[in-house]
Amino acid sequence: MGLSLIKSLKSRNSELSDSQNQLNYLNDSLVELELPSFEHSLLKSGHPRLKPSQLEIFQINLGYMCNQTCKHCHVDAGPDRKEIMSKEHLEKCLEIVSKHKIPTIDLTGGAPEMNPHFRWFVEEATKAGVSEIIVRSNLTIILANPKYHDLPEFFAKHNLRVISSLPFYQASKTDSQRGEGVFNKSIQALKMLNEVGYGKEDSDLFLDLVYNPAGAFLPADQSQLEKEFKNNLERDHNIHFNSLFTITNLPISRYLEYLIASDNYEDYMEKLIDAYNPAAVEGLMCRNTISVDWQGYLYDCDFNQMLEMKVEQSAGQHLDDFDIDKLAQRDIQLNQHCYGCTAGAGSSCQGAVA
Amino acid sequence: MEKTYYNPRDLKKFGDIAEFEPKLAEKFFDWYGAVFEEGALTAREKSIIALAVAHTIQCPYCIDAYTEDSMSKGVTEAQMMEAVHVAGAIRGGASMVHGVQMMNKAKKLSM
Repeated sequence: MGLSLIKSLKSRNSELSDSQNQLNYLNDSLVELELPSFEHSLLKSGHPRLKPSQLEIFQINLGYMCNQTCKHCHVDAGPDRKEIMSKEHLEKCLEIVSKHKIPTIDLTGGAPEMNPHFRWFVEEATKAGVSEIIVRSNLTIILANPKYHDLPEFFAKHNLRVISSLPFYQASKTDSQRGEGVFNKSIQALKMLNEVGYGKEDSDLFLDLVYNPAGAFLPADQSQLEKEFKNNLERDHNIHFNSLFTITNLPISRYLEYLIASDNYEDYMEKLIDAYNPAAVEGLMCRNTISVDWQGYLYDCDFNQMLEMKVEQSAGQHLDDFDIDKLAQRDIQLNQHCYGCTAGAGSSCQGAVA
Repeated sequence: MEKTYYNPRDLKKFGDIAEFEPKLAEKFFDWYGAVFEEGALTAREKSIIALAVAHTIQCPYCIDAYTEDSMSKGVTEAQMMEAVHVAGAIRGGASMVHGVQMMNKAKKLSM
C-alpha cells in the first residue's frame, strides 16, 4: 500500500481536523459499543484522578510544519502547515526552564529543525546549561535541503539526544506509513549520524529510534523488537543506535482517520481497552511532562495538545501564566485517547513505561 | 444452531470456556500462557510456529490471532507466508508419503 494521503486533514477541510469532532467520535463510539470510559477504568484501578509527579520534561512543539506527511501523524503535520513558534515564545520557554532547573527540553514538531529559530534556541539552551536537550528528528529533513545537511554536526556539537521514528527496518512498511522513499533517506541520514559519532558504543552521543506499528495493531515487547532492529539494521546497513522506543498509535488525527476508513476502529479500541494495564499509570508521561504549543499554550502531553485540551484553567494555561506550583496541583486532562498510553506495557515519548 | 459455525467475536470469549469447567480451564490457560513465554525459543519464533500450526489445523480464530501477534512482533509478510508454505508442505508431504503405503499395499496385492 502506498501513501494515499498527501495533505493534512486541515488542508482537506476534513471533519476530523476539528479536534472537538475527534473527541465526540471517541466518546460517542465508546457509549455505543458499551465500552468503559478511560476515567472509569482509571477509577476502577484505584485512581480517582491523575496527578502530576515531578516536572522533568519541558516538551516544546516548535510548529506543525514538516517535510513529510505521514499517514499516522497525530500532529496532522505537513508541508502545508504554517504554524511556527515565535522567538518571543522560545525566549519565554528558556526563561522558565532555567528558572525552575527543569532537566530536559524535548523539541518536537512537525520537523522542529524547520523552525527558523531552532539553532539559535539550541545554542541558548546549551549556554543556559540545560542537562539534556532532545530533538525529535524525522531524519529525512537532514537530506531535504542543503541548508540542513550539516544538522548531524550541529546536533553533535551541542550534544543533543536524537530520537527518530523508523517504523520498521525494511523499506515497505516504513514507506507505507511515512511516504515513498522515506526509508532509504532515513538510512542515509542514520549513516550520517553514525559518522559523527551518534549511536556508537562508548560514545556519549545518543541516538534512539521510535517504533510505532504500521497498521492497526499494538507494539510487541520493546526489548525483543530492539534486538530485531539492531540485528537487521547492523547486518543490512551497518547502522548503530542506542535504544528502541515502542510507541502505541493513539486513536486521534490522521491515525483515527485511517482506523475509521480501514474499518479497524472498533477492534482497535477494544484492543486498547482490553489491554488496559493499571501498572502503566505510574509512569505515564503526562505526569512528568509539560507540552507547549507554538502559541505558548500548555498541555499535559503532546496528544492533548493536538486535541486542544489545555491544562486545567486554574493551573495557568499559557507560558505567560506559568506557575510551577499551580501546575503541580492540577488534575491531568483525560479522554478516551488516553487508553493508548496504558495499553500493555504502556506507551510514552520515551517508549514503554511498565 | 447458529447461522455460521465461526463468529469472529467468539475469539474474545475464549476465556468463557471456564464457565462450564473452571478448574481445567484455569490449568489450560496457565499452561497456554507459559508455553508462549520467552524460553529456549523466542516469543517471536513461537508466534510464527503458532501461525503455521493455525494453518495446518485451519483454525480461523488462531489465524486471526497469530497473524496479528506475528505482525506486532515484527514478523514480515514474507516470513508469515513462508511459514504458511511450511505448513502446506508438511500437509502435502504427509499425504504424499502415504503414497509409499499405497505402493506397498498395491505391490503386495499384485502378481
